[in-house]
Amino acid sequence: MEQGAPELPPGLLAEPLGGLAADPVAAGDEEAAGIGCGAEGRLAGSGDASMTGGSFWSKKIEITVSEAEKRTGRNAMNMQETYTAYLIETRSVESSDGQSVLTDSLWRRYSEFELLRNYLLVYYPHIVVPPLPEKRAEFVWHKLSADNMDPDFVERRRIGLENFLLRVASHSVLSEDKIFYLFLTQENNWKETVNETGFQLKADSRLKALNATFRVKNPDKRFTDLKHYGDELQSVISHLLRVRARVADRLYGVYKVHGNYGRVFSEWSAIEKEMGDGLQSAGHHMDVYAASIDDILEEEEHYADQLKEYLFYAEALRAVCRKHELMQYDLEMAAQDLASKKQQCEELATGTVRTFSLKGMTSKLFGQETPEQREARIKVLEEQINEGEEQLKSKNLEGREFVKAAWADIERFKEQKNHDLKEALISYAVMQISMCKKGIQVWTNAKECFSKM
Amino acid sequence: MYRGDYENWKSWIQGSPQWFAQGVTAVAASPVQPSPAQSSPAQPSATQPSFGSASAPRSTALTPVVPLLRSAADPGAGERTGRGGGGCVPSQWASSGESKLPGRPSGLTHTDGMDGESWVPQPFSPGPPGGGGGGGGAGSGSGESPGGGHGAAVLLQPEVLDLDEDEDDLEVFSKDASLMDMNSFSPLMPTSPLSMINQYKFEDEPDSKDLFITVDNPESHITTIETFITYRVTTKTSRGEFDSSEFEVRRRYQDFLWLKGKLEEAHPTLIIPPLPEKFIMKGMVERFNDDFIETRRKALHKFLNRIADHPTLTFNEDFKVFLTAQAWELSSHKKQGPGLLSRMGQTVRAVASSVRGVKNRPEEFTEMNDYVGTFSQEINLIDKISHRIYKEEKEYFEEMKEYGPIYTWWSASEEDLVDSLKGVASCIDKCCKATERRIVDLSETLLPVVHEYVLYSEILMGVMKRRDQIQAELDSRVEALTYKKGEKEVLTEEIGKLEDKVECANNALKADWDRWKQNMQNDIKLAFTDMAEKNISYYEQCLATWESFLTTQTDLHLEEISEDKP
Repeated sequence: MEQGAPELPPGLLAEPLGGLAADPVAAGDEEAAGIGCGAEGRLAGSGDASMTGGSFWSKKIEITVSEAEKRTGRNAMNMQETYTAYLIETRSVESSDGQSVLTDSLWRRYSEFELLRNYLLVYYPHIVVPPLPEKRAEFVWHKLSADNMDPDFVERRRIGLENFLLRVASHSVLSEDKIFYLFLTQENNWKETVNETGFQLKADSRLKALNATFRVKNPDKRFTDLKHYGDELQSVISHLLRVRARVADRLYGVYKVHGNYGRVFSEWSAIEKEMGDGLQSAGHHMDVYAASIDDILEEEEHYADQLKEYLFYAEALRAVCRKHELMQYDLEMAAQDLASKKQQCEELATGTVRTFSLKGMTSKLFGQETPEQREARIKVLEEQINEGEEQLKSKNLEGREFVKAAWADIERFKEQKNHDLKEALISYAVMQISMCKKGIQVWTNAKECFSKM
Repeated sequence: MYRGDYENWKSWIQGSPQWFAQGVTAVAASPVQPSPAQSSPAQPSATQPSFGSASAPRSTALTPVVPLLRSAADPGAGERTGRGGGGCVPSQWASSGESKLPGRPSGLTHTDGMDGESWVPQPFSPGPPGGGGGGGGAGSGSGESPGGGHGAAVLLQPEVLDLDEDEDDLEVFSKDASLMDMNSFSPLMPTSPLSMINQYKFEDEPDSKDLFITVDNPESHITTIETFITYRVTTKTSRGEFDSSEFEVRRRYQDFLWLKGKLEEAHPTLIIPPLPEKFIMKGMVERFNDDFIETRRKALHKFLNRIADHPTLTFNEDFKVFLTAQAWELSSHKKQGPGLLSRMGQTVRAVASSVRGVKNRPEEFTEMNDYVGTFSQEINLIDKISHRIYKEEKEYFEEMKEYGPIYTWWSASEEDLVDSLKGVASCIDKCCKATERRIVDLSETLLPVVHEYVLYSEILMGVMKRRDQIQAELDSRVEALTYKKGEKEVLTEEIGKLEDKVECANNALKADWDRWKQNMQNDIKLAFTDMAEKNISYYEQCLATWESFLTTQTDLHLEEISEDKP
């Protein structure tokens, strides 16, 4: 029964935990039991088809990943390790005056975020699950550190994690998930809770998925197109980020070399009577120019991060397509199996052997079977056929519902993507404009100094 | 035909009494000293051969270049010439009479005294007879001071007008006549209109140029021995001492080197403009690639024009020969002068004695030396930095070129974002083009100027050394005087001469130094101001591009926002 649950269309409370995990959670977690509103909401929502009724959140919430801290601890192998922990604060907003009250606050590390996401991927295969910020710094240009402990990297990661949580929280389906809720509220033993759902076991094997991709005959064309789009998107954004990093590198060089003028002008001004003042002040402006690139490129990193999010979203898109292909393949296999069984049945019933079969061979070799035997076999087959048809029907239904649900989310995703990317491009233009204005100012000042020499 | 021209000129002069009288009167009334080098043509040893004629060799390396025509009434000139040495006597073109009579531009103006010790160099300025002439007596200035004399204006003595009676001069001219035939571009007119106008101008603008030189049209020449490049040197002038108003010759780098050497010889303490380098050590694959040739051409052009603008150097005889002589003329002219060995001997002596010269160096020159040292350091750094910036910008440009097209590529798979993505791509491409222009501007304005001053700093160091060496010569004689009492008289006379020489050299240097500094300030200021301008313009272009993109986006965006608020 667990099987069918994940594929419910949005709107119904997804019950990945079902009744199974509810008890351990209620037993082991005081907080969850304590939040009567939440628990009630969940229970109330189990049979309820409405969205609002099933929410853990009675009020609007604000989530922030407000701090990052270096920690040391012992890992699974009992070895000392250093990692960064992030403080997640949840506030509920009083709708009347907009004031927010801190309701929960706990620390999580990156691996826990990963766990949450993997869980969501398994239980919501029809959803384009928001991606996490990158595990390791990629597309770095030389001044940017590739070190995970580097404060700038940590800061950008903090922002990325916050973004992730906000995306999940604003998703109509994902926000209802209990594990997500517990992630924000249950500091201790959350990991155990997740693992107890047994989601790792439910995950589709990569091999199976790969196999399905190659062998599926009639996937929904929209998904095939979507898969290609995902590939394109990933390809183009990777390339973009790579070249952008190189451009940033070069631009950095241009600006910084100008700084050398500052020093030399200063030295030179010491021996010049009339030119001295002009040189000196021009040199100062060269220093300003050289220093300005740091902020400019810092801002551009945010733009790069926005693009990166969609780079990783491409993978999420492909995951949904893979699931569809898997289900479709499964369906096709089931249909094929049913068809062959039916054929077998027919052959047995009519006595004709149209296709080569072992039975046919052995009967030729060893003689025909008795009518009773044949009857028995036909009976078994007919049972299997009936079962198969039932299964096929439900698989079909599942499949169609999956497609419907997935496509709805994909449409939602498309809207979001178009909006976000457009914003990103606009903000990029704004950054360029700001850079140009700074440049004009510095060089106008420098020109004035030069003309006074 | 030149001879014909000369005949015309002669009769014209005689036939225009009014003008002639005016000119003569001006000459007679002028306090200007005639050209010191107006000695009789029968004094080959002290004089530079006249234009075109391949005759008298130079007597010493320091003999001033002597103008074309000599006045018979200047007996002392030879002496003066000999004494004048040290490059403090400016080279002069003697006016051939019709041009510049009242307002001869003068390089160095003799203000007071005839002993050549207190002249003040002035910027190239044709002035009124009085002004242009500076010091100098009336027509008979040549008789004023046997020891004096040089300087300024080239107003002719009335004796000059007897030229047509002077057989030697005629000969000179006739030689010229045959040579003139070879000069393919000499116009038929004997004088340019400008030269005639000039006589009526008593107050010319201080900076009116009368010598225009261009260097262009590089051509490759292949012989069995070597391959080399020649450049076309075109000269347009209204100066009278030039036989024509337009010249076109071809010169190779070696010829420029020769000219520079000659100028340095003649004026060891003047700041001779730099030549582009002989070789570029690193990164040169092919000796004659186009960029190299173009850069060199520009630098050679600048070199000649700087000489033309220099109040003293512009009248140098070798300079004139360089501008006007045909190829074979030039090579025979080059062969004159002290031989290689004697020049080498000088160099050895120079090196040996320059160290001694430091001891008694006047304070101001020590300051100058210090300045030059620091200046050299700083300008070299600026040269390095500027080249580095050029390199970084080029690499930035190369990366940018790839960046824009990616957005275009992306737009192919995004139907709703096509406009935005293509817009960004177009902005980046425009900025890319602006970057390209910025790079070109940098290489055309700032880099050559900075590099020229790097070369100048080396030249300055050489000038300082030579000054020290001249001083050292004097110092060694003075020292010798204290030991060798027996040769007192001889030594004293030598010392007297050397003192003059040192004084001359110092004054020449001081004056040229001030001029150089002024020019340097202007050039540097201009170059950097220009660079700043170009950068401002670059950013303005990019700004406009992005702002126009933004307006297209936000117009659409506002429409969308009104529907759904994220």
